Amino acid sequence: MMLKIENLHASIEDKKILRGVNLEVNAGEVHAIMGPNGSGKSTLASVLIGREGYDVSGSVRYQGQDLLALSPEDRAAAGVFLAFQHPVEIPGVGNLYFMRTALNSLRRQRGQEELDAVDFLALAQERMKLVEMDQTFMSRSVNEGFSGGEKKRNEILQMAILEPRLAILDETDSGLDIDALRVVANGVNALRSEGRAMLVITHHQRLLDYIVPDRVHVMAAGRIVRPGNKDLAVELEENGYNGLGQQDSAGRMPVGATR
Amino acid sequence: MTIATAARGVLSKLETCRGDRNDGHDRDPAWLADARLAALAWVGEHGFPTRKDEDWKYTGLDPILAVPFEAAAAGTGRWVSAEMIDTAAVDLGGPRLVFVNGHFAAELSRLTGLPAGAEVTNLAAVLAARPQRLEPFFSHTPGEHHAFAAFNDVLAEDGAFIHLTPGTSVDEPIQLVFFSDTGGFPLMSSPRSVIVAEAGSRATIVETYAGTFGDVYCTNAVTEAVLGDDAQIEHYKVQDEPLTAFHLALLDVRQGRNSRFSSRSVMLGSSIARHEVRVLLEDVGAEVSLDGVYLPQGDQLHDNTIFVDHAATGCTSHQLYKGVLDGGGHGVFNGHIMVRPGADGTDANQKNKNLILSDRAEVDTRPRLEIYTDDVKCTHGAAVGQLDEEALLYLRARAIPLEAARGLLIYAFVHEMVDRIELEPLRAQLETLVAGRFTHGDDQVKP
Repeated sequence: MMLKIENLHASIEDKKILRGVNLEVNAGEVHAIMGPNGSGKSTLASVLIGREGYDVSGSVRYQGQDLLALSPEDRAAAGVFLAFQHPVEIPGVGNLYFMRTALNSLRRQRGQEELDAVDFLALAQERMKLVEMDQTFMSRSVNEGFSGGEKKRNEILQMAILEPRLAILDETDSGLDIDALRVVANGVNALRSEGRAMLVITHHQRLLDYIVPDRVHVMAAGRIVRPGNKDLAVELEENGYNGLGQQDSAGRMPVGATR
Repeated sequence: MTIATAARGVLSKLETCRGDRNDGHDRDPAWLADARLAALAWVGEHGFPTRKDEDWKYTGLDPILAVPFEAAAAGTGRWVSAEMIDTAAVDLGGPRLVFVNGHFAAELSRLTGLPAGAEVTNLAAVLAARPQRLEPFFSHTPGEHHAFAAFNDVLAEDGAFIHLTPGTSVDEPIQLVFFSDTGGFPLMSSPRSVIVAEAGSRATIVETYAGTFGDVYCTNAVTEAVLGDDAQIEHYKVQDEPLTAFHLALLDVRQGRNSRFSSRSVMLGSSIARHEVRVLLEDVGAEVSLDGVYLPQGDQLHDNTIFVDHAATGCTSHQLYKGVLDGGGHGVFNGHIMVRPGADGTDANQKNKNLILSDRAEVDTRPRLEIYTDDVKCTHGAAVGQLDEEALLYLRARAIPLEAARGLLIYAFVHEMVDRIELEPLRAQLETLVAGRFTHGDDQVKP
């Protein structure tokens, strides 16, 4: 078992966002999590990588260890990766230098030998092909002045370089035109493997035409309200999220929610 | 002890000290003796600045006035070696003047490789041979700026003297190293440097201030630069004095028509350090660019006080100062731009950015514009912020440990300043010094 989430709750300043998430993901599987805005999808991603500020209870086992007990850097070193929904710009830190520092931090924490600048450049150049990036991106500051699509490609490039065991993609399709979406999806598909699990978080079914999931879950009001297979995504595209637990403006109770 | 008593105490000591020394030395020419006495009288009358003085509002002098400093005599610090100098200031390969406790150390200096038309020597030599050359510098209103500049007038005996005749270009950087080694006595050194760049001349000048770890001393330095028409001077200043030292400095610049002056300052050391820059743009089309980075931590105070005086039409001034304040560190940016009546076409900007890393750290930032004409383009701004939490999380989510991630972000904040240093060996040295400050011995940070 790669990831086992049991009864996960998270709140921020007394506002409950996750209200008992249960999820199991095996190595080699791609799971999609769909849901309307505000359903808790991105919070789930944040809690899994250790963003501060949440009150968290419940259990998350990652490859048998207690993920919630680890710092963000230790989670990353253990092989958890998040492709951020809004990758931050870091002026003054070169992209290439950043990625080498990241990979070497990871290797150091695993007791592996670090890569020197030359070896790293060779690796980066090879992985850049996956997401059709050219070298000019590497000499710029991290994400600085990148377009939305370039930022997302840069996330997938990091994933290709860091080779995580559990990759979480948070709204990786948002803000992408169809060509950029194809590039990003091709990159992700190339990284699918036996030993790797992926959690693809998205609002739209569109991404799942390109990254075909093994399982689809629908989140609403802080819970997974409906598990299914890839057909569920199609159904959602046709019928929307109504009736799947979203609390609409008329104040109807979401499915599975309690007051 | 009140400041007044302290000031009197310091003054009487200094007076005695000078009296002793003059017995065994050539006496100053009459004009210089007069100028010194006038400066001394000025200090006696006005006393030291207090925090009631506008320009000293954030920088208290009590800790300096509490120490019974004696004026550093020539010949002290004889055990300072070439290795100590090389460690303090990386050898840039060109002409290098070394001063120990404010006095020229010929055996540690190198004055070769200069083109004809460039005179690079020490002030005491000029004072001995042709003192009248220095009259314009010492006899402008004593204490015009403040007590410490006047103090320098009183005590200055040595420093660098650089004179470039019209059209002279010096390719190699001219390096000035001011090293202090007190041998246990609290000393005050008063180096006075003079740079005269006549029309169309060019040079790069690097000043480094450092000293022996643990020594208590006060550097009170004045550097004056006069640029003729079309002259170009690139100036650097590295202040890396030990934490037991005090550093007070004035860089006073006057610029002629279409001249260009740039100064980049890096403040690392000292308990209390103040680097004051005054620039007078006195003829059409002069350009000045002032950058500074200050990194106070522990109980350090780093004060940058800048006055740019646009007195002619079509002059340009840029200022970019960045501070990183850690521990109980205290930073001051006190930048004043004056645009005189008639200085049309002035282009002036001023930016100050600060990164605060601790609850105890403090920064006082005070960008000021004073404009007396309409046709100007002036901007100024100040920002104080903390490390970007989102960026920290991003780095940590990529397996970079918290301390290294912090170091990387802090270094990223200041690296733009270090990057502006075009002299490669100096840039490399400063990169190491600055990066070393934020990495706690980890070599993670050096993009």
